[in-house]
Amino acid sequence: MRKILRIESLDCGYKNIIVKDISFTGEEGDIICILGSNGSGKSTLIKTLAGLLVPHKGQVMVNNENIRSWSWQKRAKNIAYIPQYFNSTFQFTGLDIVVMGRTSYLRLGLAPKESDYEIAKKAMERLNISHLQDRIYSSMSGGERQLVKIAQALAQEAKILLMDEPTNNLDFGNQITMLNYLKELSEMGILIIMATHFPDQALSYGTKALLVSQGEGKLVINPRENIVEEDLEKLYDLQIKILDYHINNENRKVCVPF
Amino acid sequence: MKEFKINKKNYIKYFFLLLVFIFLVSFRIGRYPVPIKLLFRVIGSRFLPVSRNWDSTIETVIFQIRMPRIIASVFVGASLSLAGAVYQGVFKNPLVSPDILGVSSGAGFGAALGILLSFNKIGIQLSAFSFGILSVLLVYYFSSKIKESPILSLLIVGVLIGSAFTSLTSLIKYMADSNNKLPTISFWLMGGLSDLVMRDLEKIWIPIIFGILPLYLLRWRINILSLDEDEAKTLGLDTRKLRLVIIVSSTLITAFAVSISGLVGWVGLLIPHLARQIVGPDYEVLLPTSMLLGASYLLAIDNISRAITSVEIPLGIMTSLIGVPIFLLILLNKRPG
Repeated sequence: MRKILRIESLDCGYKNIIVKDISFTGEEGDIICILGSNGSGKSTLIKTLAGLLVPHKGQVMVNNENIRSWSWQKRAKNIAYIPQYFNSTFQFTGLDIVVMGRTSYLRLGLAPKESDYEIAKKAMERLNISHLQDRIYSSMSGGERQLVKIAQALAQEAKILLMDEPTNNLDFGNQITMLNYLKELSEMGILIIMATHFPDQALSYGTKALLVSQGEGKLVINPRENIVEEDLEKLYDLQIKILDYHINNENRKVCVPF
Repeated sequence: MKEFKINKKNYIKYFFLLLVFIFLVSFRIGRYPVPIKLLFRVIGSRFLPVSRNWDSTIETVIFQIRMPRIIASVFVGASLSLAGAVYQGVFKNPLVSPDILGVSSGAGFGAALGILLSFNKIGIQLSAFSFGILSVLLVYYFSSKIKESPILSLLIVGVLIGSAFTSLTSLIKYMADSNNKLPTISFWLMGGLSDLVMRDLEKIWIPIIFGILPLYLLRWRINILSLDEDEAKTLGLDTRKLRLVIIVSSTLITAFAVSISGLVGWVGLLIPHLARQIVGPDYEVLLPTSMLLGASYLLAIDNISRAITSVEIPLGIMTSLIGVPIFLLILLNKRPG
């Protein structure tokens, strides 16, 4: 798979450095899970990758170009970002929100055209949320809004999707549905980077995991095979056991505290 | 969904027709009613060879009295509503209006100062314009220095700066000569379009080009500015640049509108709300709708204010007297969510 993202010894934070010396690469189809306790700097890192925070040191390279040198428009064509919290003051419909993903393709002074609406509708179809087109975004449930934002990211046609705790407001069933959607997207060649509080997600879906604690990050490639209990114990300050189980002849893993 | 969008765009046509209707009817209202047929013939005679079998006072009434006032109403109503709608979007707050950002009280002070210092009419307009802009700059500067809750801080600073200018205006009124300057100041503060002449309208193209045009071109993007800042950036907008252009443009047209009309309250808050209830929040449709509705509304109210009694009621009084109950009705019937 083609390598599209390269992070080299990145130090990031607001006024003070929160996480330092982060290095990893991302390829098409990767799902990179960022794990860490509250306040460990997961969101800070994601925002830096999105270009919203200026790194203290190091670079975010997309297709061998530093994103600092890009306009917001060019960044948007390459990187989509879904924050942890989002809503709208005004009563936009689902389709209104999804078509906003086309912003970076519009010429100045123009509104989205029929073809942009078509792309937006296709993105919603792909996620099976066409019924949300005319619903009011601000009165949707957290999970519905999350899906609308993902459809927006699809309409944006960016190769990299950054998500800050995508399963946060979802019930158990919707969490799994969401993760399966993300897996489908990764199979389409999208690089997904997500911050999450659930190590199980890294164990069952991640192709890479970045474990962030005490300001430093440790990269684990193929977390299902390579994450060890000590990694997670250090992360959450808990005693943790990783258990194997089999479903449909497939080896799976789950982590439990004890 | 496509039909839905087209339906909304149809509203623009209807509101345009409404405006044309009120525009024509406005010539009929007043002590010298001008029937619509006659109006067309008189206007046509300026371009075509038509036999002139009407009294020359009719021409004076149409071109010197009615026309400047009608055009000014349309322009001021459209500008205030446009600016109100835009402010609400970029400040992500449906309660923001030109009044709340202090433009009106700043402009009011500027006008009062100009009258006190015996400026001529242009000088008074210029002074109103400058203080209107100054007031928004102060509000924007101080609220950007407050770290917490940007929306709330904007409103609070707006109220503070506004009340400072209102107090200064009161001080000027207190010092003003009560025989001729005080009434002039009071009259200006109540708002009105009665002493406009054709020459005042020649300046109107300036704010149209520098204010209305950029807003109209950027209107769809205001949707995105009304979302979270980080979302707007990662969707591809240079928010800082865009916000600056939009705020400067809308402040320019508001200050300009207020400088020719005096304080005409409530239009900038009421009309965008009403328009949003009818066509929804998408600025692509909302912005033209707000402008057309605002123009029709102010023109209609100006007609009422000069027709209802033999002595004309100041426009600013009428816009609040009529605007407040309408606004209450909107709030009481608001869609949930």
